Order: sequence, then structure tokens, then C-alpha cells
Amino acid sequence: MRAMVYRGPYKIRVEDKPMPVVEHPNDAIVRVTLAAICGSDLHLYHGMMPDTRVGHTFGHEFIGVVEQVGSSVQNLQVGDRVMVPFNIFCGSCWFCARGLYSNCHNVNPNATAVGGIYGYSHTTGGYDGGQSEYVRVPFADVGPVKIPDWMHDEDAVLLTDAAATGYFGAQLGEIAEGDTVVVLGAGPVGLVAAQSAWLMGAGRVIVVDHLQERLEKARTMAYAETLDYDEHDDVVVELKKQTDYLGADVVIEAVGAEADGNVTQQLAGPKLKLQGGSATALNWAIDGVRKGGTVSVVGAYGPIPNAVKFGDALNKGLTLRMNQTPVKRQWPRMFEHVRNGHLTPRQMITHRFPLEEIPEAYHVFSSKLDGCIKPLILPSAA
Amino acid sequence: MTDPAIPSAYVRDKRTPTPSRDELRARIPGWGVDLNPADRPSYPKLQYPADTGAHWDFPERQPEKWPRERSIEHAFVTPVFGTAQPPKGLSGVVRKFAYARFSEGRLAHWLLLVAGDRIDAAEHHLRSFASARPDVPATGLRTELTRGGLRSRRGRSDARHHVLDPVVVAGPWLAAAGAAVLGVRKAARALGR
Repeated sequence: MRAMVYRGPYKIRVEDKPMPVVEHPNDAIVRVTLAAICGSDLHLYHGMMPDTRVGHTFGHEFIGVVEQVGSSVQNLQVGDRVMVPFNIFCGSCWFCARGLYSNCHNVNPNATAVGGIYGYSHTTGGYDGGQSEYVRVPFADVGPVKIPDWMHDEDAVLLTDAAATGYFGAQLGEIAEGDTVVVLGAGPVGLVAAQSAWLMGAGRVIVVDHLQERLEKARTMAYAETLDYDEHDDVVVELKKQTDYLGADVVIEAVGAEADGNVTQQLAGPKLKLQGGSATALNWAIDGVRKGGTVSVVGAYGPIPNAVKFGDALNKGLTLRMNQTPVKRQWPRMFEHVRNGHLTPRQMITHRFPLEEIPEAYHVFSSKLDGCIKPLILPSAA
Repeated sequence: MTDPAIPSAYVRDKRTPTPSRDELRARIPGWGVDLNPADRPSYPKLQYPADTGAHWDFPERQPEKWPRERSIEHAFVTPVFGTAQPPKGLSGVVRKFAYARFSEGRLAHWLLLVAGDRIDAAEHHLRSFASARPDVPATGLRTELTRGGLRSRRGRSDARHHVLDPVVVAGPWLAAAGAAVLGVRKAARALGR
């Protein structure tokens, strides 16, 4: 089969790989019909995630058709069209039993601090991902869901991570009616977080970025005010001015380890790898929120330490809330929101690339060329 | 009466009134439909789902075809695990040592894994030069021409560090090539003596 393959930082290509096989009685093999590149895939692409092995196939946002099932699979049949949450989870461990699907303890031997994720290095379990023609899906009775007939495939693929993470990020903010909510990052996650903040009763939503096409999308897709940090010497001061010197009630950090906006952090993190990544957005969140406010972090960070302004968080009495998204838990309610048009994930899609052109897709997305906000990948066997 | 010029942060209440529910509902599709925290799927944080689809107390164990590297913070290899890219070569030795010796709480664990990644890439690059498909310093670069490399970056503050990308990406390759040239020259001189 054809699959995206990592060759080292900034280097990927498409290769022939052996077909995945059923390795556990509750496995399924899924033929991928649509996949996406996530902003967090760029951390792997840039060589920032420890234990990313040459030969690894990335991809944790995908939908497809069940091709084969293991002997104990009861809930899926060959031919079912399924959407697969980015989390791999068993449904039965201490954490899954409490709804913490993203923190499953039975799927990742490599680390206890993170659960299992498709195509996201060996630090999250060493599973090849879905930017390929076929993929192994463990715990087929627990994770995947049949795609509802009414749902557009492009919404379905975005619900497997980006959209669900945006919605989850807004929930972590514990938004109360009338709150001023600042969303850092107008990428796929930030856009849905901004839409979701309104659903939870925000009185004002301000989205911060510096890319014009993304700020425009935040205004049209999420009805948000926008703030271009390139226009201000100090974005934190500007946020204070715009909130009558209080700071925001809630800040949702939807950027993660590759944040721009501070050259020193960029150099020390993504470029020279002297720290786990750039903590610029996280520090803006801590400094831009009001005292006693809540910072929700859904931007992805790796396990290596970062230069985070923890003292400010302490002295301001902040509530910091974060996790990888337990995706399946979001779905029943999100399906209603998508069906009612309250959340419109596929509005963010800007590019569609065939699998054979995935090296180009990564470069365009990584360098944010051509107004790219969200690229989809179309596998050849689809 | 406090001076109205004094910002909200210095008085008891926010000075800017929030728009009314009706105003917000008219402007924003779905405003407030999840106003009640009970309608939010991740509230409260801990929930006890009645049916996750699991029909086991502890999952059946996947066969372990080689001694699977694992965090020493785990009691054992988890019942299900990825089998992609088993550890091999010098990078495999480094990775296995990182897992066997240091917990996730130790920086050495992660730094060894990062070192393993660089060794892995170097091992594969070297091997690729003897193949029909040699590695290049970076892929997808033709989109700089076809997808508006210059146009897309105009006016962007991050373009300042983009100019460093070629140095970061190609630097180690140039250094390796330089070292190889020097090594070959030295060897040739030694042989010529």
C-alpha cells in the first residue's frame, strides 16, 4: 500500500509499505478514504517529538471503510463507514472507566504520561497512522463510530481531532455567561474554540493571530473580534487595554509548541531544540488572562521542559486546565451542533492534496503558504 | 460616584455592559445552547460511562514478538501496543537504553530519545545514498515556486525566522559533507606519504 513516511526532520515521502494486519482480536483494518494533516503533525515533521522513528507514518485525523475485523469485534462489520477518534483507548482501564479516554493506560507501553495516538511517534505508542491507504485500528469496538448518513465526510474527518479539540478547549475554559474569551491562534482548533465559546455563553470573543487569512476566517466563521499581534509591540498590553485593564476572563491557548511572536522562543524551541518548543502563546495566555481567571490549554506540547512563566500563574491565582481531547466523549453533543449549523468545521478547509503530493502538503501547511489553514489528504485507494 | 474614566479593573463591576441574550442570539447562530454546564460533554471532568463498547475487564494481550521497549513507570508492557518500526541499529541501542534506565520523569530519558532520533535519521540518510532514492535536506520545496513562497510571506513577522530555516535544515548536511571532504583529503594525504 502507499503511505506517507517520515525520513527525518523536514523530510517525508510516499512509499510502498506492507499492508497492516490484525494483531489483536479487537483490531480492525480500515481503508482510509479521507485524512487530514493536523497542526500537531508539524511538531513531528520538524523533529520536535522524542522517539519519532524513520519509517513512521503520521496521521491521526482520518475516516474510512472497515476492510477486516479481528475475531472479537462485535460492533463493526466489513464495509462500515467509520470515523476514528485520534485517541486509541481500551474503554476499560481506570482512566477510561472515568471518561478520560485520552489518558488510557492500556495502549501505550512507551509512556504513562500520554495515551495512545495514531501516527504520533513511539512516545504515544508506536502506531502507524492514517496518512496512508490502510491503517490498523485497535479496540475497534471502543473507538470508531459509524458516520451518520447526514454528515459530510469533510466534517467527519475534522471531528476526529481538530474540531473536537476546539470544542473541548472551550469547555476547559469553564465559560460563564457574559465572559470575555480570548482565543490564541486562529488555526483549525482556535476557529472551532471561538465558535464553541459563543455556544457556552461568551459575551465577547477575541481571536489573536497574525495571518490575515486566518483572522478573516475568525471574523466570518466564528463572528469574533480579531487582534493581529504583528500590529502591536506588546500583545499582552493590548489585551489589557481591550479588556479595560482586567484581562480576559478566559484564555484558550490553541497554538502549542510552534508558537510565533517571540524570536527567542522560536530559536530556542522549534529551531535549535534547546527546549521542548516555543512557550510564547502559553505565556501570553498566562499574562493576558485576568487574575483569578482560567487558562485552557489545548495546544500540543511535548515532554521536554519549556520556559513557562509559572510564577505569574501562581501570583495571579489562575486556574490552568488542559488535556488531550477525549474525542468520543464530545461526539454526541457535537453531532447535534454540526447538524444544526452551530458548528461548521469544514468551513476551515482550504486545501486538498492527493496522498502522492503529501510532501508538498506538509511544506505548504508548515510554512503557511497560499493561505493554507487546513489541508486534507486524499488517499489513492479511496 | 467614581470617575467613569477609571477602568473596570480598579472598581467593583465591569463598566462595559454585556450585550443582551437576545442581541447575542440574533447575531451568533446557537449562542448559549451550551450555557448550562450540564450540557457540556466534558463537565464534570470525571464521568462514568455506562457502555464504552469494551466487553472485557482487562483486554486480551497482544502477542509480543520482540521484547517491546516500555516506560519503567508501567508495571508491564500494555496489553495493546504499536508494532511499527522496531528498534534497530545504533539508534535502537540508544532508545532501548533510554527506556530501560530512565523513567519519564528524568530529562536524560527524553534527551537520549532525541539523540536516538538524530542517529536514526543519519543512519537512514547514509543508507539512502547507496539507494536509487537518496534523501534530500528537505522535501516539498517546489511549492515555494508553485504556491507563492514569497507572496505568502509578505509582511509576516515570522518570515524573520523563516530565513533561518535553510541554515537549521541544511546546516548539519553541509557540516557532514565538509567533514567527509576533510576526512577523505586527510586519508588521501596519509596514503600518498
